[in-house]
Amino acid sequence: MFETYFPIVFLLLVSIAAGGGLYLLSKFLGRKSPESKYMDTPYECGVEPVGDTRERFPVKFYLIAILFIVFDIEVVFMYPWAVVYDRLALFGFIEMLVFIGILLIGYVYILRSGALKWD
Amino acid sequence: MPINIPQIDYAAILPELLTGGMALLIMLVTPFIPGNRRYYTGYLALLGVIGAAIATYAGFAKEVTTFSGLYTTDFFSTAMKLVFLLGSFLVILLSDNFTRLLKLPAGEYYSLILFATLGMMMMASANDLIVFFIGLEIMSVALYVLAGIRRVDLKSNEASLKYFFLGAFATGFVVFGIAFIYGATGTTSLSHVFDISLYKFPNSGLYLMIGGALLLIGLAFKMASFPFHMWVPDVYEGAPTAVTAFMSSGPKAAAIAILARVFIFAFGEQTAVIAPIFWVLSVTTMFVGNLTAISQSNVKRMLAYSSIAHAGYMMIAFVAASGEAVSAVAFYILCYTVMNIGAFAVLIIVESKSDGDNQLASFTGLGRRHPILGAAMALFLISLAGIPPTAGFFAKFYLFKAAILKGHILLTVIAVINSLISVYYYLRVVVVMFMIDTETEFRPVTYPSALYVALVIAVMAVLALGILPSYFFPFDQPMLVPFG
Repeated sequence: MFETYFPIVFLLLVSIAAGGGLYLLSKFLGRKSPESKYMDTPYECGVEPVGDTRERFPVKFYLIAILFIVFDIEVVFMYPWAVVYDRLALFGFIEMLVFIGILLIGYVYILRSGALKWD
Repeated sequence: MPINIPQIDYAAILPELLTGGMALLIMLVTPFIPGNRRYYTGYLALLGVIGAAIATYAGFAKEVTTFSGLYTTDFFSTAMKLVFLLGSFLVILLSDNFTRLLKLPAGEYYSLILFATLGMMMMASANDLIVFFIGLEIMSVALYVLAGIRRVDLKSNEASLKYFFLGAFATGFVVFGIAFIYGATGTTSLSHVFDISLYKFPNSGLYLMIGGALLLIGLAFKMASFPFHMWVPDVYEGAPTAVTAFMSSGPKAAAIAILARVFIFAFGEQTAVIAPIFWVLSVTTMFVGNLTAISQSNVKRMLAYSSIAHAGYMMIAFVAASGEAVSAVAFYILCYTVMNIGAFAVLIIVESKSDGDNQLASFTGLGRRHPILGAAMALFLISLAGIPPTAGFFAKFYLFKAAILKGHILLTVIAVINSLISVYYYLRVVVVMFMIDTETEFRPVTYPSALYVALVIAVMAVLALGILPSYFFPFDQPMLVPFG
């Protein structure tokens, strides 16, 4: 039964070899540059970094992101339903309406509570 | 190829539909009500709980398995659901004045209480590990939010965050356990786990046990049992008191329900392998809970440790693992729900009189100034300690009897010793209430009537269950017959 796990072990070994190999290669082959101010800065595609990444964001971004996920999942659920729509027939249609209805209540709630107002 | 549409018995899930439907309705109407009137949604919540209780009671003793065997209602699930609904009913009554006083978002509060109750009911009726998991998540997520519903209070935030992180971690163990059980048996259905175990792979018995142990870790966390109890005092103290009352009874009952279904019903005789784990968990939980409770000066924290100790007593049922033990633990959780919520109801009144202070000192002289309130608190504490003629005594009596019938004499002796230890810290509150008078005047606070209704119900239930236990609880019928 363990033969089935061989690809996973293989993937593990390849990823260790790839990651570790690249690191070791650069260590042995790379040019030992003297101390410079670029040594301690993170690599950002060759562009000089501007400011700190850990900034304060308004909490509204997170709120919108969370609400987005909910309705994103709703759409994800609709795909498999759409694929087998004709076979589920009326039952599937009503179940989907119930599902959308529940999410709609959530939508009315966040809309009325003002969670989508930007200022 | 046509898709098989599962047979759905809507009558069997009517209590769940009513609870969930009312939660959604409250969520829908809340934003349309002006902010200072939102506490009226509490009446809607009460209506939902009463409706669900009637629907549950109407379906009593009807054994229905529906949704292609995913969901089952039987004697055990019906009884557990009534306990959850009683707990929610009392907590909603407690919350009426509480939410107004602390300016909590009442609509969201009641809606979340109902959602948590829905999750518990799903856990009690689950006949499949996936359904159980969904129920667990509905309950847990609602409780994470409820713990932090006082947004402006740092302690409430801390409680919510701690509960969420540790709870999510514990849930991970549950899922891992389900994966192992599925791997060992090829099914997540609780009625089949035992049937085909040991046939799939040569070692499936071992993997089934690993899965069971991982499941146990997650559930031991939810019911606040020893090595997974570290979150309990902080979360219980930080959460608003009415939420603590809810958290310390409901999830514990739901965890007990699913533990009984998995380890007594589904695992059958395999449980004998896992029984020593329950033995150790039970003994350590009792000692840790009771010994730590002694050194608490804060009544809310003391009740939190007492809740841990009671989780230890309840674990005894899974060492005994018999039909009687299941009935006994169901009765125990019923008694624990009423006496625990009753004690928290008095704590809420005392807090409202002393600006949210829940130190032992704020109980000083309560029995002299407010004899009825003091007597009620004394009754709940005596019941928690397990002294007759209260509910707590018979709860322990039936549980210990089930253990002795299975020959667990040492465990019973340890449990009785622990009950004696607990008498010290419970009666200390009674001593402070009645033996010491206070100089500071109790401010006359107009008593919130809903809270009083809850208090009266709890007092009557504690007395009734303590005097006529067999009248309210059918011990002659096995609630859940062990499988296999």
